Amino acid sequence: MNPNTLQELRGILGPYGLISSSEELRTYECDGLTNFRVIPSAVVLPDSTEQVQAVVRVCHRERIPFVARGSGTGLSGGALPVAGGIVICLARMKRILEVDLVNARVVVEPGVINLEVTGRVASANFFYAPDPSSQSVCSIGGNVAENSGGAHCLKYGFTTTHVLGLEVVLPDGSLVHFGGKTLDAPGYDLAGVFVGSEGTLGIATKITLRIVKRPECVRTLLAAFHSTNEAGAAVSGIIAAGMLPAAIEMMDNLAIQAAEAAVHANYPDCGGLLLVELDGPVAEVDALMTHVDEICRQNGAWEIRVAQSETERALVWKGRKAAFAAMGRISPNYIVQDGVIPRTSLPQILSEIDQLSIETGLRVANVFHAGDGNLHPLVLYDRRIPGQEKAAERLSERILELCIEKGGSITGEHGVGEEKKHMMSKMFAEPDLDTMQRVRCAFDPLQLSNPTKVFPRTRLCGEKPGEYVPHPLEVAGIAERF
Amino acid sequence: MAELFRPASRTQADGIGEVLRAIVGPEHVRIATEEDAVAGIAPLVIVEPANERQVASALRCANQAGLSVIPSGGGTKLDWGNRPRTADVILSTRRLNQVIEHAWADLTVTVEAGCTIAQLQRTLAQHGQRLAIDPLWPERATVGGILATNDSGSLRLAYGALRDLIIGITLALADGTIASSGGKVVKNVAGYDLPKLATGSLGTLGVITRAVFRLHPLPRKSRTLSIPVKDAADMQRVILAILGAQLAPAAVQARSGNVDILLEGTPDGIAAQESAIKEFGVVREGSPAVWKAREELWPPSGAGPIVKFTTLPSGLSAAAARFSRYVVQATGVGFAQFEGDLAGLRAEMERDGGSLTVLGATKLDAWGSPGDALPLMRGVKEQFDPKGTLNPGRFVGGI
Repeated sequence: MNPNTLQELRGILGPYGLISSSEELRTYECDGLTNFRVIPSAVVLPDSTEQVQAVVRVCHRERIPFVARGSGTGLSGGALPVAGGIVICLARMKRILEVDLVNARVVVEPGVINLEVTGRVASANFFYAPDPSSQSVCSIGGNVAENSGGAHCLKYGFTTTHVLGLEVVLPDGSLVHFGGKTLDAPGYDLAGVFVGSEGTLGIATKITLRIVKRPECVRTLLAAFHSTNEAGAAVSGIIAAGMLPAAIEMMDNLAIQAAEAAVHANYPDCGGLLLVELDGPVAEVDALMTHVDEICRQNGAWEIRVAQSETERALVWKGRKAAFAAMGRISPNYIVQDGVIPRTSLPQILSEIDQLSIETGLRVANVFHAGDGNLHPLVLYDRRIPGQEKAAERLSERILELCIEKGGSITGEHGVGEEKKHMMSKMFAEPDLDTMQRVRCAFDPLQLSNPTKVFPRTRLCGEKPGEYVPHPLEVAGIAERF
Repeated sequence: MAELFRPASRTQADGIGEVLRAIVGPEHVRIATEEDAVAGIAPLVIVEPANERQVASALRCANQAGLSVIPSGGGTKLDWGNRPRTADVILSTRRLNQVIEHAWADLTVTVEAGCTIAQLQRTLAQHGQRLAIDPLWPERATVGGILATNDSGSLRLAYGALRDLIIGITLALADGTIASSGGKVVKNVAGYDLPKLATGSLGTLGVITRAVFRLHPLPRKSRTLSIPVKDAADMQRVILAILGAQLAPAAVQARSGNVDILLEGTPDGIAAQESAIKEFGVVREGSPAVWKAREELWPPSGAGPIVKFTTLPSGLSAAAARFSRYVVQATGVGFAQFEGDLAGLRAEMERDGGSLTVLGATKLDAWGSPGDALPLMRGVKEQFDPKGTLNPGRFVGGI
């Protein structure tokens, strides 16, 4: 990077806010998806909106692409640096700016950790609902970028449901505000389109969140079935009975083994495990729990346990939330996938995944948000065996193709990022993608904000008349102008 | 302003009429009459396409001819927003009225934009499900219309607003592009969330041709309670007490003198919640009809238009005290008969972080301030509809 630019950045951020030595930059070469790595030219650690703005203005003037990063826990390579670009890490902007319990609103900076929001309001019986499995380390800014979900979004909705307002630094450095503390602000729902845009539309520097009153009671039921098909039939029964649990999670035998090895959650050793959580007023939950119990038994559950204490409940969830990391106990390497299918296609896709597993000789563990059809197949492999990594990648891609064939999606909560952008043209037609990019052109005509992610081809927007300056991506032959 | 008074020319009407007839068939195009005027602006023709392709072709032709297009569903809210600069072609979605797929076991529905809410709900009820909204005039209001005007209703408290329930959309853009985003599954983060961008955009970005929604089961049982309140302060006290308790009401609204509570669920659950609510006031059995109270504000009573206001729950009493007739939901979204100085009242409400929009044709700006994102909103409009074909001038900042 141009030394003058580095000097300018240092001037903005001070001596401790800029990282440019190659050893230190390596820390930022990837996010939670470690098979893609790019070393950025510089990393900046702003601690205020003004600093973010100043840095982005420099990027805009110098045409330097930038990538925002929170805690770096993303699983699709959304925070993967861009070659020749800088990483803007928001981890130092971690203040909770306002807590308004009467109106159930909390205003935070992007570096605030997801679980800290709940921590701050728990004593007043509130919680922040979106609960990605990484919630003890992931940042709200990252959650906004990815529109993170979690087990409880079946009932409570995703990050986007809980983000009411945003302060955003646009890719030209200007500061704008979307939505606010009240609902239905006049104008386009730009907060709605910004959440989940994976850092491609700008950088959120202040986020107004909705918090939720903690329900009077929470009950968690664990049911063991001989197979995932039986467990799946029970899920259908619960939905058909008109219930909307707070969460319905399913694990297959391989996933159970891994979770047991990792956190000793004391799960029954079964072919399909169902975890059903109901919450709400005690009388309501008690009535429905009896019904859930019946439905599970009718569908072949041979063991049913209801967590008897908060400690038991926490342990049940710990096993589920640790499932990805637990794969390390049973396989040297694995790929986490994030496909979605209409829930009723579950038995079919599971048998197809089984078939693929037999054909390739690779084991696949399955963890699902069963209530909303979000699959997390974990493809296990050993990098040391020649060809296995490639085979695992092909298998996991094939699973996503099956999801698309069933009318589903290539990602339910992890984002498209770098990993799945080539799958976007399988899920969407060209005019669909083109129309989405119209939004991008309005926000970021120079395509500087996380420019190579989400879309299979970066399309450059018609610039205003003036001297033609080729875009670095254009020069490199990885983008076209239209 | 010259455009505003451009007279509808007979030749122009004949010209575009002929093109549109070729697309949709002669019986589905008619020359407009005075009754078709949109907020006082006379259109040239009314076109009723049969499908998405025809919508896109009709739009493309109007766009090429430099004529403006006003999308229309049931026409219940056609006068919301600013007066259009021009209104050459009314594009009616009346014939796009099918429920395409009710995937009841997956709790989703794909429906065409011209289907009325009542028709949709009747179809969904056959499998014990519903789209959990209670918009205005469901017998006539269409899926496309409630999305464009973002009219969710009081069930939003428990189930979220339209923006939270819509999971997929297909839009026909002014240049004839047909674009889908989202999908048919509840959980999906692939690509930008255009369903949310289109919701509340008043048809200025594209014509909504179909939408996909997540559904909820019909409640096993529901019960409406009403608590009489003596003034606005008392009203706010009761609402905050209900919101602050660990209850799960489906809806809470205030009308002059009453707070209404809708409880849904099992008989046991409802009974338990009812006894908890008795601590907050004198509870009376309410009529389900109170949830239609919003509709009773119309027609406006001569003095001024009906307005929509937003406030924080802690500002409910201050907001309500400004109106004589109002219905306000516990989420802070209210509707009222407006009288007096709009600019002054709007400035006050905006200062408190809220908003005040006019629902109906007046000489006043319908929207108020969209804030510092207005240039960006104009940029989005420019990308989707560079010639300003769709609903010109009706949205915020003259978009």
